[in-house]
Amino acid sequence: MSTSALLMLVVTEVTVTAFTLYFFWKVLTVPPKAEPDSFEDNDDVER
Amino acid sequence: MSIKQKENWGSRMGLILAMAGSAVGLGNFLRFPAQAVQNGGGAFIIPYLTCFVLMGIPLLYVEWAMGRYGGKSGQHSTPFMFGAMGKRFYWKYLGVFGIFTNLAVAAYYCYLESWTLSWAYHSAAGHFLGKTQAEVSAFFNSYIGLGTPEPVVFWILCLLLNTWILSRGLKGGVELASKIGMPLLLLFGVVLAVRGVTLTAGVNGAVYDGVVGLNHLWKPDFSSIWDPVVWRNAAGQIFFTLSLGMGSIQCYASYVRSKDDIALNAMSAGWMNEFVEVVLGSAIIIPIAVGYLGVDKVVEMTKGGSGFGIGFMTLPYLFAQWGPVLSAVSGVMWFGLLFFAGIPSSLAMGTPCMGFMEDNFRWGRTRAAWTFGFAVMLLGIPCVLSQEAFGEFDYWVGTISLVIFAIAEIILFAWVFGMEKGWKEITHGADIAVPVAFKHIIKYVTPLFLLVVFIGSLPEIWATLTKPITPQVLMARLLLLGLFAAISGLVYAANKKKVAI
Repeated sequence: MSTSALLMLVVTEVTVTAFTLYFFWKVLTVPPKAEPDSFEDNDDVER
Repeated sequence: MSIKQKENWGSRMGLILAMAGSAVGLGNFLRFPAQAVQNGGGAFIIPYLTCFVLMGIPLLYVEWAMGRYGGKSGQHSTPFMFGAMGKRFYWKYLGVFGIFTNLAVAAYYCYLESWTLSWAYHSAAGHFLGKTQAEVSAFFNSYIGLGTPEPVVFWILCLLLNTWILSRGLKGGVELASKIGMPLLLLFGVVLAVRGVTLTAGVNGAVYDGVVGLNHLWKPDFSSIWDPVVWRNAAGQIFFTLSLGMGSIQCYASYVRSKDDIALNAMSAGWMNEFVEVVLGSAIIIPIAVGYLGVDKVVEMTKGGSGFGIGFMTLPYLFAQWGPVLSAVSGVMWFGLLFFAGIPSSLAMGTPCMGFMEDNFRWGRTRAAWTFGFAVMLLGIPCVLSQEAFGEFDYWVGTISLVIFAIAEIILFAWVFGMEKGWKEITHGADIAVPVAFKHIIKYVTPLFLLVVFIGSLPEIWATLTKPITPQVLMARLLLLGLFAAISGLVYAANKKKVAI
């Protein structure tokens, strides 16, 4: 691959992947809100 | 006042996967790489990501916020969401676009989706083995020309599947389908991307390494970023890829309670779509096609900017070069991937239409789902029978009405409802700090951006309207006008009922 193509690919894909993982990680780790919330699956979980 | 929801999402992850699934579509794998090849290679990413930041992210925030705000008053479709935010009567009728677009796009999108099912079946059965590229192309042309009843069978099957899933509701239908479909899509995407990039010249008939295709796609031609057409194409791609201007994001978000987050959800779903499009979408069709056909031929084949030809006519032939087993596995993965990209999108088109009937005419979910399925079948008949009608639907609904709706919603949100109230809606309950710059971008930059895109496309709209048309095109246009009028009539009737109550 040419240097310019490789640079564009790496910069773009690293940026997009980093943002995707960051927001996904935030979703997984942020504490859920107090009940009643919008989601049914955790309705019986006591907090 | 908060009205109890008739339905709820099962989990936050389910909501995000459903929202990301509604955005990820066939275009992520077919249209994006073709657009990149045709619009400056790696340099295309500059206008593309600029449009994502200045138009995509702001509209995601706006649509999620509008949806959650509408949900507070028990509305799950845009006519009365718009009505709640703008008191003038015409806002409700501009909100009609949020149902009209979904119904009309679903009419031809479900047909496209059914092609992927059919091609997966033919790949698994080995029907493309031993065929020349011309024979595979002839198969495609015969298929869309209805040479056999098979396209209709797969189309009906696809409609039934969509309707059945919709009839099972949000948690047991849409969310479950997304929880199954999205991980499979990612798995198939990663496997095919690795295969595409590691394609080696001289093995299985490949002429070039897959990296040659990747190099061609990412090699930047920086002169292209001064071309307004490239910017228009980048803006169009952002619209398509994020499912903006349709009303389906508002519908899904309307099931989120007012204290719960929308900002992080919007970002997570939006960036997930970008990952699928930019990282996976760029590594499949172009590297594989260039590996066998060379750069010049692929540039020629992507000239329309859609990548459909490569996806449906060329890849099955190229997979067949990998031997019976690998060919079947790759074919099922590729068309399975397209199917799993397509079905959450068509499900997202159904929910606002169903929500409108359920909220305003007290219909049950099952009745609303089957009526939607029947309406999509009726509207889809012209698209199945005529490629010209298909093209008309795609142009007026899948291109123009998205932009009109987006202009209307951002003006309503930022200027009529008011940016101060709007900003509170976006940031209320947010699990991330939303950069304050977006407050100004939403108010000034995005509307201007959208207006420039729309004004820039006016000459093309005028040329389309004034060129001679065939009876099929006329019929498609009349059908679309009739559909818009019929939905407006329903909004009028629902509004009258509300006033009477």
